[in-house]
Amino acid sequence: MSAERIALVVTGLTALTPSIREVVLAPIDGGSLPSYAPGSHLVLDVPVGDGRERALANAYSLTGETVEPTEYRISVLRCDPADGAAGGSAWVHTLAVGDKVEALPPRNLFAPVRHATKHLLVGAGIGITPLLSHLRSHVRWDADVELLHVCREGEGAHVDEVVALTGGAATVVHDRATFAALLAERVRDQPLGTHLYTCGPTGFMDLVHLEAAAAGWPAERVHAEAFGAADLDPGAPFTVGVAGEEIEVPSGVSLLEALEEAGHEVPNLCRQGVCGECRVPVASGSTPVLHRDLYLTDEDKAANDCLMACVSRALPTDDRPAHLEVTL
Amino acid sequence: MTTTSLPRTGLTTDGLDLTTADPERRAALVAGFPFPFPNPTYRYSTNVEPAGSAVVTPAGQWGDCVVDVDVEYTAELAERAEILERDPSRHAVLPHMRVACWDAMLCLMRELAAANPATMELTLLETGSRPRYRWRNDVLGIDTAFTYGLESTLPAEPLAWIGQQVQEDVVLLDQREGELFGDAGVVTFAADWSFGFDVGMSFLEIHGPVPRLHAEGVITRAQAFLTRLQPGEVYRRTNWTLTIGRRLDVSTELYDQWGPDRESIQLLDDTAFGALVHLRTEVQHLIRLPESGAVMFLIRSYMLPLEEVARVEHWRTRAADVLEELPQDMADYKGIAKYRDRAVAWLRAAG
Repeated sequence: MSAERIALVVTGLTALTPSIREVVLAPIDGGSLPSYAPGSHLVLDVPVGDGRERALANAYSLTGETVEPTEYRISVLRCDPADGAAGGSAWVHTLAVGDKVEALPPRNLFAPVRHATKHLLVGAGIGITPLLSHLRSHVRWDADVELLHVCREGEGAHVDEVVALTGGAATVVHDRATFAALLAERVRDQPLGTHLYTCGPTGFMDLVHLEAAAAGWPAERVHAEAFGAADLDPGAPFTVGVAGEEIEVPSGVSLLEALEEAGHEVPNLCRQGVCGECRVPVASGSTPVLHRDLYLTDEDKAANDCLMACVSRALPTDDRPAHLEVTL
Repeated sequence: MTTTSLPRTGLTTDGLDLTTADPERRAALVAGFPFPFPNPTYRYSTNVEPAGSAVVTPAGQWGDCVVDVDVEYTAELAERAEILERDPSRHAVLPHMRVACWDAMLCLMRELAAANPATMELTLLETGSRPRYRWRNDVLGIDTAFTYGLESTLPAEPLAWIGQQVQEDVVLLDQREGELFGDAGVVTFAADWSFGFDVGMSFLEIHGPVPRLHAEGVITRAQAFLTRLQPGEVYRRTNWTLTIGRRLDVSTELYDQWGPDRESIQLLDDTAFGALVHLRTEVQHLIRLPESGAVMFLIRSYMLPLEEVARVEHWRTRAADVLEELPQDMADYKGIAKYRDRAVAWLRAAG
């Protein structure tokens, strides 16, 4: 299932707020771009350089028209590498018009459920981005939609656009206490069959899940966009045995990177536990797997016989250090 | 020699369509036939592969396009129109599938145009929140401009309209809570199942009656695969059965008409048997649609009588091997148990 990369060129840059930049990308050859489902993201290739020791693949929600797009739009919050960010968003903020970038075609883990009687969109900060494409689609198909959003005063990227699109069914607030009260009230006043979609910082999405659960929402009707979540922690070191050879996987280095550096080829795409490409079988003699991907099912994970090499690691047991035996 | 007519016998098989004496049509059907047996034995499996590549057979090739317009195009579309007229339950769209129907229509138009650039074309007239298009299908004399999402700009409901421009049966699967549901479709050429009965069922329920599938985990694996399919990815698989007479519509609704042929066929002579028993291959394409996120399931039915299958030596021996070895429960489910031994003997003797 390896997807062909799309060659894009930067055709527009707008500072939406002091820290959020909108980037407009068009196909280099002037052709058309694939349509995509609302809530889709684009995975941009971030090259090595500028303090980035490894190439990154960063996912950004698409905010523009979903059908027959002539361009792809993303809005990127700059996270400072000085504060420990990997540097992908800082790189996006250095792009100039005319720069060429490569991306994987849009992928989706956050699509609207068309069966819903109503769609309640709940965002915080830059988490507005995947909700914007949801909103465009719901307006086109005349679906019942309501949006709740919290952002700092003056940091409200896309807020005017969202308010205009909903025709009044958007409530935007600027402090957490007001938002918490609004959320508590709105999740208790929706028609049966409403689905909720949330995107924002992990702590924010946890709050939304808790509030919805407290109001009696079935978990299947509450959807969260994984991107925007904090970077994974670097993890503890472990060892891996492959074809009779033992390789060290230090903290901050993924199993995928360690295997690649040892000269092994592992098919991969997203490098963040989403696409499913770098699934590696785990053999006996391994300690338990610390699954950190969004791809494998719970049953897959419980079987302890495979892992996604880009994000998952090994756990130690009481009597054995963390170690995996893998077959490639 | 192709059998062009059969003597009357007084059995229910009298008057059944034969696959034709027209040499051009015959040659085209043989050359494009997707012979469904890559292995000497057949078992259910999650036999999906990326679509779009041609499969070369001893008689020709198939599979280079997703939507195949062949010599039967106008005849099969006329038959579909007649079936829909007689039985509207072959077309159903649950209300939440509206977006998926528009998605499916555009996707099928693109596939038709890609495969038939001389006669079919989809032109984007305007972009924006409501794109406008022009669709031209010279084979059917269609040239229409329409606006995405506005049913009033189309001559019919989008799935019904495009369903009358492709030979494929179409089922649209909605995805929710990690499961797929057959919530819309146009199916006129069902092989021993009923779309009207299945509509709204989950993928697992639809496949409930099939032996072995559930115990062997085939169907849950297929669903896991489909729920992860990304937009733009197109996969295909084949399925097969035997059908008596060139009957495309062997749906459960018409069982009273075709069911008794399974008895009659056993009483016919070898010439009639070889002309009437058809190997039926379904080429199924699976496509994730962009805006709705629905999975489009296309089922294209190809049929070739055993007398034509037997002309290709590899097909003759392979079909005999597979039919002979097929476990009884699978033969029962496919509805071929009563005459598969005869089919094996017929193929063996045709060498």
